[in-house]
Amino acid sequence: MPPRIVMQSADISRALRRISHEILESNRGSDGLLLLGIPTRGVPLARRIASVISGIEPGFDATASCGALDVTMYRDDLARGRTRTPSPTRVPGDVDGTTVVLVDDVLYSGRTVRAALDALSDLGRPRVVRLAVLVDRGHRELPIRADFVGKNLPSAVHERINVHLDELDGDEFVAIDDAPEAEN
Amino acid sequence: MRHLLTTVGLGRDEAVRLLDIAEDMAQVADREVKKLPALRGKTVVNLFFEDSTRTRISFEAAAKRLSADVINFSAKGSSVSKGESLKDTAQTLAAMGADAVVVRHGASGAPQTLATSGWIDAGVINAGDGMHQHPTQALLDAFTMRKRLFGGDSRGRGLDGLRVLIVGDILHSRVARSDVWLLDTLGAEVVIAGPPTLLPVDTSHWPCTVDLDFDHALSAGPDVVMMLRIQSERMHASFFPTTREYARRWGLDEDRLARLGGDTMVMHPGPMNRGLEISAAAADSARSTVRDQVANGVSVRMAALYLLLSGEGDRA
Repeated sequence: MPPRIVMQSADISRALRRISHEILESNRGSDGLLLLGIPTRGVPLARRIASVISGIEPGFDATASCGALDVTMYRDDLARGRTRTPSPTRVPGDVDGTTVVLVDDVLYSGRTVRAALDALSDLGRPRVVRLAVLVDRGHRELPIRADFVGKNLPSAVHERINVHLDELDGDEFVAIDDAPEAEN
Repeated sequence: MRHLLTTVGLGRDEAVRLLDIAEDMAQVADREVKKLPALRGKTVVNLFFEDSTRTRISFEAAAKRLSADVINFSAKGSSVSKGESLKDTAQTLAAMGADAVVVRHGASGAPQTLATSGWIDAGVINAGDGMHQHPTQALLDAFTMRKRLFGGDSRGRGLDGLRVLIVGDILHSRVARSDVWLLDTLGAEVVIAGPPTLLPVDTSHWPCTVDLDFDHALSAGPDVVMMLRIQSERMHASFFPTTREYARRWGLDEDRLARLGGDTMVMHPGPMNRGLEISAAAADSARSTVRDQVANGVSVRMAALYLLLSGEGDRA
């Protein structure tokens, strides 16, 4: 079966815009907000949310409140599968006392988020940690849920969700695919 | 990566990948919690048949930062002094469930034997064998050069076009052998220089050029000058008349230091014989990367242990 496109570029932008508003609403403004993207595709998503927020709240410094949090070393499947190459972690300033919003493209088993929470606790002690994802596809294996969701996408386990973003792939869409592609 | 035994045959992509991972590992040293859980439950054995401070401590720190359990073994005070063979020692370690063995041995090829003999199933890292190889030292040297050259922009880069001069006791130096091949793989141009008695008999297959005059080699304006230690413990004959003469002709003294170009780095794998191959002024100058090399050693060894011990799928 050919891949079915479920979100176009405009849908992604709208979803991120809504998520940005929701983040501001739940945080009652942009004070102490720190957006940390989980590599690979969480990083540009976090950057986009930060730039939307800075458009809404002029006092918000997008570059100083946005970073990347690599979770490779905290995964529970390191001994299995292929050796994973870690990505850089870039956290501007201190996480102590901040409201951290973890940003990822697809929420699936919840294991990546579990690893991210462990990685975060080694960096410091945020006041609150929230989770924003572009797509929630279900099939959780851990008691984890997202606070901000772009799109709920019920899927079968054998299906594969492909997220393409302009910054990394040159084109932009979310597609659902029957045939499993290369592991991400 | 199953073992890390030599830099000969190590591919450029693989080497750059290891150096990039080392960049991530280096970040951990700046954090409040200087520990990663990546190798929790793994056991790393430091098997040292020769004396070492830097390398052993560095491997120990690297393994501990990755949450592995570390067992230190030095030949002195062990059953090796009662005549136990490498095979029996290896089988003892295998029975204890070692996942990786970091081995330093006076005999060239001992790590290779350990890796291929089937005595033990663990991954093997060569931490220096005889006059053969010391791959993690070469990797940390390359990491240090890359960091000095490119700073925060180092990721993914090689050392293309960098002119490296390695000076001194090439004959007994496993560091030189590892460096020459790795630096060549990464694109650097390597020159080795030393008195003829301290050069290997045949270097025609080495990917580098040879200079028999230090001052001549310096006049070419190298970007990196790496001074090697005079390894008196391996010298069972006279290789040069007196230490004073060696220091005068082959030492990096203040006069030669003053002639170096603007950004030229001075490196030394340690331990240094101050006043012999390197003057105190050179060792302590701003050009010197000696302390960076030690700090970077931990990051590079973390990367090597990580690549060795994660990803069962790669071993198939």
